[in-house]
Amino acid sequence: MDVNEPTGGLEQSPEFVQDLEGRYRLDAIFEFATWAATAIAIGVLAWLLISVLIDGLGTLDWQFITSFPSRKAERAGILPALQGTILLMVVVATFSFPLGVGAAIYLEEFATDNWFTRVVEILIGNLAGVPSIIYGLLGLTVFLRLFSDITQGPTILSGGLTLTLLILPVVIVATRESLRAVPDSTRLAGFALGANRWQVVWSHVLPAAMPGVMTGMILALSRAIGDTATLLVTGAAAFIPFSPDGFLSRYTALPIQIYNWASRPQAEFHNLAASGIIVLMAVLLIMNTTAVVLRNKFQQRS
Amino acid sequence: MISNSVSEDIATDIALKAENVSVFYGSTLAVKDVFLDIPRNQIVAFIGPSGCGKSTILRCFNRMNDLIPGARVEGRITFHGRDIHDKSIDPVELRRRVGQVFQRPNPFPKSIYENIAFGARINGYQGSMDELVENSLRGAALWDEVKDKLKESGLSLSGGQQQRLCIARAIAIQPEVILMDEPCSALDPISTLKVEELMQQLKESYTIVIVTHNMQQASRVSDMTAFFNAEATESGGKIGYLVEYDKTVNIFQNPAQKSTQEYVTGRFG
Repeated sequence: MDVNEPTGGLEQSPEFVQDLEGRYRLDAIFEFATWAATAIAIGVLAWLLISVLIDGLGTLDWQFITSFPSRKAERAGILPALQGTILLMVVVATFSFPLGVGAAIYLEEFATDNWFTRVVEILIGNLAGVPSIIYGLLGLTVFLRLFSDITQGPTILSGGLTLTLLILPVVIVATRESLRAVPDSTRLAGFALGANRWQVVWSHVLPAAMPGVMTGMILALSRAIGDTATLLVTGAAAFIPFSPDGFLSRYTALPIQIYNWASRPQAEFHNLAASGIIVLMAVLLIMNTTAVVLRNKFQQRS
Repeated sequence: MISNSVSEDIATDIALKAENVSVFYGSTLAVKDVFLDIPRNQIVAFIGPSGCGKSTILRCFNRMNDLIPGARVEGRITFHGRDIHDKSIDPVELRRRVGQVFQRPNPFPKSIYENIAFGARINGYQGSMDELVENSLRGAALWDEVKDKLKESGLSLSGGQQQRLCIARAIAIQPEVILMDEPCSALDPISTLKVEELMQQLKESYTIVIVTHNMQQASRVSDMTAFFNAEATESGGKIGYLVEYDKTVNIFQNPAQKSTQEYVTGRFG
């Protein structure tokens, strides 16, 4: 037999038609296809990023970050929107972490598996996909009208609480997934030492699940920080020429300000919108980096 | 709690007693009609083919079956004469007195020190934690190997060391009985030997019940052996039952039942 034939250089049984050449070709085609998918995804994002940078970098300076909005494009800045967004995120993180993680712990660790928990599970999964404008309308009814004595109308608190509702399903689903990934042998080891369920969860299950929980929180907060529809409905203001002085202050937020500038006819404001996008992305990046650092810390400890 | 009456019964030589115990998973009967006395400071081995309910019965003794949804235990199990299903007995307290070591080593993903300290802390241990950690590790013949790296993760140890860490963790809360569910099935022969030697030392202070698939192990380490078997049901399931329970030497050399004879000589199972 000629060893140069595509048989791998080894004697072949006639019952196996190896066709190595064809199999390697398919291998190469598949590798190219997956590479192309990656390249397209990255390419589109890079294009988006570059065009934003080109439009926005020119007007992005310290004065832009520290100024209030103005009718004159050259004097307009993003300070109140930046402050509003930061305060919103504080509210969202403060409420969504304990509520979301708490609900997930109850459903995963304490509740028995029955039709009720299964229905709740399906509902939460579906809620994660509901458009944010619907949550905005819910927030309008509940936080702006029903609890207006507490939230004082369209304030950072009511906006943040509405965003909390928006991301709660994401936090719950992500936390449940990471709790489920903790092996049962860890729980059994705890119980066999005479720990009760709370001690097992608090000392062993939750620390082991924490990296996954943090990842879920990052994704959820990233969704909240960029959400516009919810805040439009719950009354974020388009024009705020002052810094918010607390959680019961009227406010605007980065996506609202960007939306507002982008919808003006003048080209100068479009550049401001691009600068605003850069600021928003920087905030997002800082937030995610913090979360990744926290997550690595948890991973090292365990 | 348990402690009041234990002092009266502590003189008896039976640590655990199963009377007519049957275990159901949902509506399925898994093991039926088990009568068994576990004597104090002895090693009792449970042997038998897979699915005969050895581990199920083992888990009855510290009520770990409570954690399995749908599991139900019938009959009476007593610990120093007290019914462990009595309302006055808290399973959390029972599990401190009846510890367990699992089939696969399952140290917590924490430091070696914390692995031992956790059980003591949750059970309200008041003494010196450093001393307890050292004594427990010494008791599990692991101290010399880990004394310089107590802050390292328990998962950094080898499989055999991890299993001895789990034993150290179990004895740290000063139980009276240690249940071992195939503790060597995931270990190499040398680690297995170490654990077996350890069991002989532990026997001085503890009562040990061990489930094993390894008949040589049962004959090497145990004083008493219980042979379980399973019978097929019409619906295709299996119901485990206790065939014979006697001194280990009798089970292996002169069993009363034919099926025991066949099993220990390797003719089935």
